[in-house]
Amino acid sequence: MELILEGIYKAFTLLVTLDPEVLNITFLSLKVSGTATLISLVLGISSGTLLALAEFPGKRLLVSIVNTGMGLPPVVVGLFVTIFLWRNGPFGFLDIMYTPTAMILAQAIIASPIVTGITLASIQNLPANLKLQILALGATRLQMVLILIREARLPLLAGVMAGFGGVISEVGASIMVGGNIKGYSRVLTTATVMETGRGNFDVAIALSVILLLLCFVINYILTRIQQRERPR
Amino acid sequence: MNNAGPLILEISNLTVVRGGVRVLDIPSMQLREKEVLALIGPNGSGKSTLLLTMACLIPPTTGEIRCHGELITAGRSVLAYRRKLAMVFQEPLLFDTTVYENVAAGLKIRGMARGDVKKRVMSTLELFNMAHMADRSARKISGGEAQRTSLARAFALEPEMIFLDEPFSALDPPTRLALTEDLERILDETNTAAIMATHDQLEALRLSDRVAVVNRGRIVQSGPPVEVMNRPADEFVASFVGMENVLSGKVTACSEGLLTVMVMGRPIELAGSARVGDEAVFCVRPENITIITDQGGATSARNVFPAIIDKIVSMGGYYKLHLDCGFPLVASLTQQSLSALHMEKGKRVVASFKATAVHLIRAGNQ
Repeated sequence: MELILEGIYKAFTLLVTLDPEVLNITFLSLKVSGTATLISLVLGISSGTLLALAEFPGKRLLVSIVNTGMGLPPVVVGLFVTIFLWRNGPFGFLDIMYTPTAMILAQAIIASPIVTGITLASIQNLPANLKLQILALGATRLQMVLILIREARLPLLAGVMAGFGGVISEVGASIMVGGNIKGYSRVLTTATVMETGRGNFDVAIALSVILLLLCFVINYILTRIQQRERPR
Repeated sequence: MNNAGPLILEISNLTVVRGGVRVLDIPSMQLREKEVLALIGPNGSGKSTLLLTMACLIPPTTGEIRCHGELITAGRSVLAYRRKLAMVFQEPLLFDTTVYENVAAGLKIRGMARGDVKKRVMSTLELFNMAHMADRSARKISGGEAQRTSLARAFALEPEMIFLDEPFSALDPPTRLALTEDLERILDETNTAAIMATHDQLEALRLSDRVAVVNRGRIVQSGPPVEVMNRPADEFVASFVGMENVLSGKVTACSEGLLTVMVMGRPIELAGSARVGDEAVFCVRPENITIITDQGGATSARNVFPAIIDKIVSMGGYYKLHLDCGFPLVASLTQQSLSALHMEKGKRVVASFKATAVHLIRAGNQ
């Protein structure tokens, strides 16, 4: 118990004194996971909508694959991204292994199926005739799709939260493709793993508290947006 | 009310096949300017499929749709065609925004200038007596208000024709009546041609210039409402339009347009022509049957039968008497007549109806 209190005190101190290293780590966490979430939103919302609206043979199989992908283990993603980005790998020439870019790539791969799956479910949950009603209002197909996405915006925000939550908290892929390099690719999760390994529990707790606070603040903002729009 | 205006919509040889089953088969159908056409038929008869196909929202398997004589094929012509019409579904299908934005939706889709949108939306809301609700959230209004908003969204487009797919069937009776009255007034004021699917014959009777009865994907009868109600083409239409007394028997005499048909040993006289020995199917509306309590009462009707009351069923505003005249007959009676004549189960009465009140559905050798 003392250990936890000490950790919280440490976190408080680190935050209040604006410890440059902690700030740097926190900022990088936000940057990497935020960028990865944005990429996953672009990929996930478009493919989720396409998947919800299109009818083709094998659709159920693809939907099952997406749903499985929602629980993609980060270490598996880390392993495959490493193989692809390894110096001798197919994309080795990009020379981005052990960089924040590689971490963004891995996290985007983790978050995309989550956003795709939630988008798919949100669009499919809209009334079946809504699509026809929008077309009957004179919409082009593109206008129809955009209006459907707008109508599904509240459950889609849950997708944003799930996607961001999934990547800000993951450690396996980040450590594998980012390397936890101090001042360069060290994020809150990888730093926590390292500090715990070294027995610096107070610092590890401090980092965890910061991570939790960060998640809470982001989700609080998103929830406020979502609940403000929710019909009473 | 218009039966000779220029054609807006013409469809020919329209079929829709789903899973190997022909769910729609309409050789030909037209809609004229300002005309209101009611599609009536039971659930699952194909009314909605017909409306959606005509609106180019589901593709037909075969057939052509022409608007002002121009063939609607694919791509641009479909979009231009859809922008001439509007559609209202059974559910309001409102967007998760204000009433105003909902009514503006179709106009914004068309890229109308902001000021024009505002003018049009407000005048449409006035038309529907909803201007005071413009800023309300569409999620916080009643079912009737939501459907009114949906209608306003359609009429805001000032469409040449409007397709209504059972727009009132999910509403409670008073709301339904109020909306039917509004729709009647607005169709009249705006001169919009309309096709309305309904399974409510009274709604059809009230709003339409022409009724088409749909059954199993086919139009089985089409004509002015009064004609369809009183002269149904077959037993299906008869039962659907409330002709409860569909009877059949052998023609035993025929002279000067008057037939005698034996139904379970009782002769019934009716207007029509057939040959002696033919099997005739005919019907009488319950409203056209008169009930008196003694046989001595004067009546000019040709068909007079002593009867026993089998059952009295309350229909809300009126009653239905199930009679045994040797053959079953259903008559309708007001509350006033019911109590004035002291009607009760088992009472002996006399049922009568005119030969001209009987509609011969068909006669022939079967």
